[in-house]
Amino acid sequence: MREESDVTTEQLDQPVSGKRADAIFKGVAYACGIIILLALAAVTVFLLYRAWPIIAGDRQAKVETIESFTGGRAHNFLQFVGPLVFGTVLVAGLALLIAFFVAIGIALFITHYAPKSLASALNYIVDLLAAIPSVVYGLWGGIVLVPAIEPFWAFLAKYLGWIPIFAGPVANPARTVGTTAVVLAVMILPIITSMSRDIFAQTPRLYEEAALALGATKWEMVRLAVLPFGKSGVVSASMLGLGRALGETMAVLMILSPGLKYSVKLLQASQNQTIAANIAAQYPEANSQGVSALIGTGLVLFLITFLVNYLARRITRKQVAK
Amino acid sequence: MSDRRDQRLPGQSQELAVGGVADADKAMPDQARRQAVATAGGGQPNRVQPSGTDDAAPVIDFDKFKPTRSFIAARKRKDLLMRVLVFLAFLMALIPLISVLWTTLAAGIKRLNWNFLTYNMSGVIGGLQTPSGGYGGIEHAIIGTLEVTLGAMVISVPIGLMCAVYLVEYAHGGRLARAISLLVDVMSGIPSIVAGLFAFSMFSIVFGPGTINGFEGSVALSLLMIPTVVKSSEEMLRIVPGDLREAAYALGVTKQRTITKIVLRTALPGIVSGVILAIARVIGETAPLLMTAGFISSTNLNLFSGQMTTLPVYVYQEYSKLTVTCPADGGAGCVSSIPMERAWAAALTLIILVLVLNLIGRLVARVFSVKTER
Amino acid sequence: MQDKGKKTKVRLLAVACAVAATLSLAACGDNVPQEANEASSAGKSKISGEFQGAGASSQQGAVEAWIAMYQRHNRDVKIAYNPTGSGAGISTFLTGATAWAATDAPLDAQAIEQSKSICAGGGSAFDVPVYVSGITVAYNLKGLSGQDKHLNMDPATIARIFDGKISSWDDPAIKEQNPKANLPAKPITVVHRSDKSGTTKNFLSYLKDTAGEDWPYEAGENWPNDVGQGSKGASGVASTVGQADGTIGYVDASKVGTLGTVSLKVGQAYVPYSPQAASTVVDSSKIGQEASGPGRLVIELDHGTQAANAYPLLLVSYDVACPAYQDADTARFIKSWLTYEVSRDGQQLVADNAGAVPLSAATRAKVMKSISLISVSSPSSQGQGK
Repeated sequence: MREESDVTTEQLDQPVSGKRADAIFKGVAYACGIIILLALAAVTVFLLYRAWPIIAGDRQAKVETIESFTGGRAHNFLQFVGPLVFGTVLVAGLALLIAFFVAIGIALFITHYAPKSLASALNYIVDLLAAIPSVVYGLWGGIVLVPAIEPFWAFLAKYLGWIPIFAGPVANPARTVGTTAVVLAVMILPIITSMSRDIFAQTPRLYEEAALALGATKWEMVRLAVLPFGKSGVVSASMLGLGRALGETMAVLMILSPGLKYSVKLLQASQNQTIAANIAAQYPEANSQGVSALIGTGLVLFLITFLVNYLARRITRKQVAK
Repeated sequence: MSDRRDQRLPGQSQELAVGGVADADKAMPDQARRQAVATAGGGQPNRVQPSGTDDAAPVIDFDKFKPTRSFIAARKRKDLLMRVLVFLAFLMALIPLISVLWTTLAAGIKRLNWNFLTYNMSGVIGGLQTPSGGYGGIEHAIIGTLEVTLGAMVISVPIGLMCAVYLVEYAHGGRLARAISLLVDVMSGIPSIVAGLFAFSMFSIVFGPGTINGFEGSVALSLLMIPTVVKSSEEMLRIVPGDLREAAYALGVTKQRTITKIVLRTALPGIVSGVILAIARVIGETAPLLMTAGFISSTNLNLFSGQMTTLPVYVYQEYSKLTVTCPADGGAGCVSSIPMERAWAAALTLIILVLVLNLIGRLVARVFSVKTER
Repeated sequence: MQDKGKKTKVRLLAVACAVAATLSLAACGDNVPQEANEASSAGKSKISGEFQGAGASSQQGAVEAWIAMYQRHNRDVKIAYNPTGSGAGISTFLTGATAWAATDAPLDAQAIEQSKSICAGGGSAFDVPVYVSGITVAYNLKGLSGQDKHLNMDPATIARIFDGKISSWDDPAIKEQNPKANLPAKPITVVHRSDKSGTTKNFLSYLKDTAGEDWPYEAGENWPNDVGQGSKGASGVASTVGQADGTIGYVDASKVGTLGTVSLKVGQAYVPYSPQAASTVVDSSKIGQEASGPGRLVIELDHGTQAANAYPLLLVSYDVACPAYQDADTARFIKSWLTYEVSRDGQQLVADNAGAVPLSAATRAKVMKSISLISVSSPSSQGQGK
């Protein structure tokens, strides 16, 4: 690296042919920008192409395929993908709900409450946690958490069972939406935390000091200066976290006992299934028509995450523009 | 902090004032008495009105903005409560995270040895000991992981970097640039399994059905990696001071030379650390590789032909085996729970790999970023 | 970036290569014994090359053991088996990408028809049984489960449990058959496969054949009702059953581990799972009517057997191969590979290390007859038309 830092004027002295290099370089940069557009278009086109048989193919074959996936519970693609979409959104939304406040708490703790030396260590830990592979979370969730969390769910069902979502009987082992959402929450926690932390850390010192100078308590300072400043960033961070949770495969596959219902019973088994986990679970035993159906659900998932990320982006953009 | 008075001024943050008013209203009885003394007959407690009598100048009674003791106590309580909550959030998050790491470490350390790292799974029969004295290993998976990830890097780093160059240096907020940066953001949210389906569909259409090789996995991973590379590089390029560019232009340096020799060079440490973090992110992907790179028990060095096992897929496969059967006569050294032990050991290896990559990324960023700050 | 980017890339590449090189230098990683064991293949012409198979995950343990042993005798052969699942295995085979497929369900007519396009000489693929595994009804009940502990149940009881009609362990139907066991008043959690599976199909068809009207569902690869929990793969079911008290599920015998298993009522006696008891049923079953093509050998299990000491709940898994291949090496390999799989040694190996039920001599003879149909002379010499 050393020799790279001393740029001499000699090196920079260009012959005229530099113009052509200039043009080529610009062309390459431009092309790479275009590639991004093409890549996304290619994803859509290839998925659509492979999913086409299930969209427009032979009606009889379609019905057979869907019925073979669901054991006769669904007869067309919409009946098949509907509960999956519901399950995906339910699990991911729940995970976000659990992770959101905790993540904000940690981000605030790191930026405003923890002592400086501790904060930098925590920063590092959060970044590391974001990189732990999902298959490890899956292993942990399926083997350690499932038995460990069952008493807690039983407790919830006993005292809060009158709320429909906590209705018993509690599944034992707890391979339920509730447990899965907890694991997903743990997984997206570092993502939301690290983004929120970055935003909170950027709060102008002047705002904070002004609030303190006016006699605000620490919490009031956070509420009046830090949170409003970071609002858009936090929203987009949670949207990203939501996107991650929507597409998470392995952890769900290794924990959740799947079902195809429009059900919000979080503590019972075999209620819902997510699109991503369903693809991974069914893919091995699928014939070519079946693969088409799965790719079709993948396309739906793609559209959902596209929408979520697009919204996140719109929200941040608006805030920045303001 | 405790003796800080809450003297509010009229021009301060609206929210605080509104909150104050609401709270002050609740503490009405106290305040009303004091007000009665201060402003003769002023009906509105919180608004200063020119009284209709002989006083020309409005008398501002600062005292009535003074918070009551109970109000201060309430605020302090709230502050304390939030402090506790924030700390609790932190503790709550620590429990699962420590549990994940501890479980992996405790369960994985048992089989993580040199033999495990240098042998593959070919020739392993059930839970029997192999001729080398081990129980099979992950050499093939480590090589597969490195090659597939390297393939993904070779695809995504040039594209991502040049795209960032385009966004920062060439497109000055044009429509195309806005569209690209929007799509990069959207792309960063593509579920990994969709990336896998995409690579699978593309290869089965272009190279014939049933095509499975390591490079297919690389393509899937690069789709996940490109947006990360673009975003981190873009950030790094943007913080290169404009003075540097202008100085170069002033010397008559062409734009291409300026970018490659000055801008990219200055931003290099940041870019490298961004790339390493992007690698750390995709190296643990499982779902897309299940359908694209396949699974094999022997070592495959060729990225472009034949199936390739990667570490995360290996972990999943061993988890899926759960147990093996040992011969009825015992079979010396047969371990029936060996698949799970291998799964944990491989998971531990994977975590260590990711941690080391993270450390390198951070180190690169720290060691070389000093230069720009000087 | 060209320059610098390349430089760093080259550096990273070099590092990665160095890592890979040191790793592969340390050993090629293959677990092969030191002394070369060439004796067994000395007489035959040597087979070499890389061959791929894919299919049923139920066979994974067995195939891995076979591959390990086969490669010890044939050093120049590299075999890869991808346990993607029966369906994917067959569809990959039908694209010609793999040399053989493993499947829990026999080929259907459509697959047979399609296979004509990939097998040389226009012949159609055939399937032969190579791996038989018992299916156990495993349960986890404090004090009553554990290795070699059994509860007695007749098919009707099992059917009613898995249909949710019996929901407590102290139900009279269970008590009656297990007078000595101290059954608790615990709710029963049924665990079934959540993926499509040959194990499910075999279990369902056993219930359908034996439980009469207590089992109202058709046999299929999907679990038909909404009772209990689903889990992916045999190991998923086994680990789920192992995780909580009061669970019951059906698991391939090789994955049952230390769980308690149910003894099935056959005739008047209760028969616990054992390879011998399962083997008895395979031998007494007939070769199925659907075995239409040449060489096909589909076993129709006799679930309703009344024979003494027979265990009728099992899974027969097949290998699919072509009678002729474009490539002579592949043909020779497949022939010797299948021969090894069903040889006495091969069957004993997987019985010991993969929990399989060894095929009896009579069945092996039938399979060998089918395998002998594989033509190893190069297809061009027999004037292949396509």
